[in-house]
Amino acid sequence: MEDTTTNKQISSPTTTVAALRLFFHDYFVDGYDTSILVSSTRFSKSERGYPGFSNRKGSGIGIPDSLPRVQGHGYRIHCRNIASMTSKPVRNQSFAMINCDDISYFKKILGERGVVLEEEKLDDANTDWMRKFKGSSKLMLQPRSTQEVSQILDYCNSRRLAVVPQGGNTGLVGGSVPVFDEVIINVSSMNNTISFDKDSGILVCEAGCILENLISFLDNEGYIMPLDLGAKGSCQIGGNVSTNAGACALFDTRTFLSGISGLEVVLANGTVLDMLGTLRKDNTGYDLKHLFIGSEGSLGIVTKVSILTPPKLSSVNLAFLACEDYTSCQKLLSEAKRKLGEILSAFEFLDINAMDLVLKHLDGLRNPLPSAKHNFYILIETTGSMESHDKEKLESFLLQSMENGLLNDGVLAQDVNQASSFWRIREGIPEALMKAGAVYKYDLSLPPEKMYNLVEEMRERLGTAANVVAYGHLGDGNLHLNISTRQYNDSILSKIEPFVYEWTSEQRGSISAEHGLGLMKANKIHYSKSAETVQLMAAIKKLLDPNGILNPYKVLPTSILSQSGVDEP
Amino acid sequence: MKIMVAIKRVIDYAVKIRVKPDKSGVETSNVKMSMNPFDEIALEEALRIKESGRASEVVAVSVGPSQCVDTLRTGLAMGADRAIHVEFPGTLYPLSIAKIFKALVDAEKPGLLLLGKQAIDDDCNQTGQMVAGLLKWPQGTFASKVVLDEENKVVTVDREVDGGLETLCLDLPAVITTDLRLNQPRYATLPNIMKAKSKVIKKLTPQDLKVEIKSDLEVIQVTEPPKRKAGVILSSVDELIDRLKNEARVGPQWKRPHIIERGARRGYVRSNIIQTIER
Repeated sequence: MEDTTTNKQISSPTTTVAALRLFFHDYFVDGYDTSILVSSTRFSKSERGYPGFSNRKGSGIGIPDSLPRVQGHGYRIHCRNIASMTSKPVRNQSFAMINCDDISYFKKILGERGVVLEEEKLDDANTDWMRKFKGSSKLMLQPRSTQEVSQILDYCNSRRLAVVPQGGNTGLVGGSVPVFDEVIINVSSMNNTISFDKDSGILVCEAGCILENLISFLDNEGYIMPLDLGAKGSCQIGGNVSTNAGACALFDTRTFLSGISGLEVVLANGTVLDMLGTLRKDNTGYDLKHLFIGSEGSLGIVTKVSILTPPKLSSVNLAFLACEDYTSCQKLLSEAKRKLGEILSAFEFLDINAMDLVLKHLDGLRNPLPSAKHNFYILIETTGSMESHDKEKLESFLLQSMENGLLNDGVLAQDVNQASSFWRIREGIPEALMKAGAVYKYDLSLPPEKMYNLVEEMRERLGTAANVVAYGHLGDGNLHLNISTRQYNDSILSKIEPFVYEWTSEQRGSISAEHGLGLMKANKIHYSKSAETVQLMAAIKKLLDPNGILNPYKVLPTSILSQSGVDEP
Repeated sequence: MKIMVAIKRVIDYAVKIRVKPDKSGVETSNVKMSMNPFDEIALEEALRIKESGRASEVVAVSVGPSQCVDTLRTGLAMGADRAIHVEFPGTLYPLSIAKIFKALVDAEKPGLLLLGKQAIDDDCNQTGQMVAGLLKWPQGTFASKVVLDEENKVVTVDREVDGGLETLCLDLPAVITTDLRLNQPRYATLPNIMKAKSKVIKKLTPQDLKVEIKSDLEVIQVTEPPKRKAGVILSSVDELIDRLKNEARVGPQWKRPHIIERGARRGYVRSNIIQTIER
C-alpha cells in the first residue's frame, strides 16, 4: 500500500494536493471560488508560488489577484459545506416577471391604496421576523375583500406570476416572505369580524384579523380563542390557520384544529371555495378544509375563518416551579395529568440557559425563584370554574409533589399581574434569543422521555461554541431547541444539521412540530414522512395549483414537485 | 417590636371592571379578587424589617366579608406570622376602618402600623391618615423609603410629594402608608404556603372591638365615564378649516346664531370661544 502511494506521488506530484482537496471543502471568499495552495519545496514547485494568486497571510488559501478588493481589505472566509450551498433554490424561470401592464391592472382592481411599490414598505415585507430570509419582491398587493383576492389570483395564474400570501409575517421558517421576486399578497387590510354568536361561541372573521384583537374581543363576550402564541400582537388568524399554529397555553382536548369549523379559501386560479360552515357537526363528503389547514399557503389563500370558541372559565391559576432534573419534570407531568385532571391547561418547561437568557436580555423581569440555581423550570396553569376548588387542588398537588421530591421549589401567582409576569418569562424566550445574536431554531416533536437527551447531545457536540437553549410544551412533547451564537456561522451549522434531523427521524419524531416547513425545511420532509406520502402531497399540489404559483420553493421538496409534473427551472 | 399591617381584599388590578346594570356599584361576583397592591408593598416592607432583626412579629389584619381569609392566607404565605380577620359583610368606609384599627392597635400595641397609601377600588387615601389622627401618632404617608432606627426609637421616611421628595423623622410608634416605589413584593413560595396552613387567623367582629359601624356617606349612583370619541383624521388643511368652522363652530361664527347681549355677557361668550380654540 505504502509503495503504491509513494510511487504515485513521485510520478504525479499533485496527488497529495488532490487528496488534501478531497478532504477539505472548497473555500469561498466573497462568493469567489478559491482553493488551498500547497507550498513549494526545494524539490517541486507547487502552485503556491504561482503567479496570479496571492497567499492570504500564510494561511495557504489562495486568492486570485484579479479579485477587486485584494489590496488591504478584510475578508470573511467562509468554510462552507457543499450541502449548504446546494440547498439554496434557483428561480423558476417559467414564472413571469412583473411589468407595467400588470401594475396598472392591479391598480385598476385594488385602487392606488392596494398597490405598494415603495422601497421601505417592501423591505419590511421582504424580510422575515428572524431576519434570516430576505426576498426581492418589487410589488405588494393589499386586497380588501375575497373578491379582490380572487381577481388577483386569477390574473396571476393566467400570467404565471408567482405569489406569496402574507399576513403578520411572524413565521419562523421563512414561509411568509418571497424567495425571489414573487408578488406579495398581504391580507392585513381584511381585518373585519363578520359575526359572533353569543350562544354557541362561533366567531366568523376575515383572515387579516390580528390574534390579540380577536382575543380581547372575545374576552368582552366571555369567550376565549382556542389558541395563544407569543406572537399574538402581530400574527393574523389566516396565517395561524395556514400554519396550524400550536398553542402556548392549550392542552389535549381543545386543540386549535378541532376549533376551526369552517374556512373560505381562494384557489390558485381564483376560484373561491366557500367552506365557511358554522356547524359543529357536518359529515357531508370529504372534509376539504383540513387540506388547507397547515398547508402554509401552498394550496390556497385563506380569506375567512369560522372558529368554535370555548367559553372563558373564570378561575385561572399559575404556578412557577423548579425541578432538579429532566426525569422529575416528566414524572411531574404524569402526576399533574392524573391529579389535576381536567383543570390542567398548560405545562411548559424551560431550562436554566433559557432562564438566564431571558433575565439578561429582557427588562422588568425577575426570577421568581432567585434563591438557588435550578436546572429546570416548569409552568403549570389550571383553568376551571371554581376559584377556591381549583386553588386547593393545585396547592395540594404541588405540596405533595414537593414532599415526594418531584420539585425543589415553586411559587404560586397570587394575582393576575404575577401570573402575567411568569408567562412573560416563558413567552419572552424567542425575543431574548433574537437580542442575543444569531439563533438556529428547531421545533421538534419527540417522545417525552427522550426529549432532553437531544439537548445534552447537542451541548456535547458544540461545547463552548454556542449556547444551547431548550424550552417547550412538555405536555405536547414539543421541544424548541435553540442554538444561540454571536453570528451565523456555517461551521456551527454543519455540526447541527443534519444531525438534529437524523436524530429526530430515528426517534420517529417530527422535524417541525408546529412551525411548519416553509423555506427552511422545504427539502427535509423525508425525515418525518414516507416517500409515498410525499408523492401524494405533490399530486394534490399539482391538482390545486398546476402552475405552482402559490408560495413556490416551500413546503415540499422541489425535486418531488418536478417529478410529478409541476414545472421546474 | 410588633408590626401590624393592614390588608384589603379588592378586585384584581388587571381585571376589566364592569358597572352593575342597576348602577348601584361595580360588578364583584365571579370577578378575580386579590390583595391591594399597595398593601402587598406594606407587607413586604414589614417582612424586610423583621428579617433584618428589628421586629419580632408581623401581624396582618383585614376587615371585610368571610372571603378576606383568602387574602390573609396570601399574606401569611408571604411571611406574616399571624393574622386577624375582623368580619363584617356590609359596606365599609375609611372612618369605620380607622376606628377598628385604633381598637386593634390599643389591644395589640404594635410599634409600627403599615398600610397601603390607598385602595385601588375606592382610591380614598384616607384610612392611614385617619388612624394616625385617632391614635395621635405621627404619620409618614406615600413612603418611598423607610429606615428604622430602633435605638433612638425613630423612623425616617422619604415621602413622594408633588414637589419631589420630603424626608420626615417620626418618633415611634408611628403610622406609615406605602407608595409604589418602596419595594417589590416577594412571591408566595410553596414552602411558605405550606407553613402558612398552620398559622393562626383570629376572628373578631366589630362588636368585639366595641366599634359601631355607621357611615355618613351613601353611594347614590355609579356610572361609567363617558366614552372617548375617536379622533378624526383629516386629509388637508382646507378640510380642517371647514370642519372647525362648521362643526366645532370655532371662529367668527360666534356672532351667530346665539343672541348676544350687550356688555358683560358678550365678553363672557367671547372668552368661552377663545378657550375652545386654545383647547
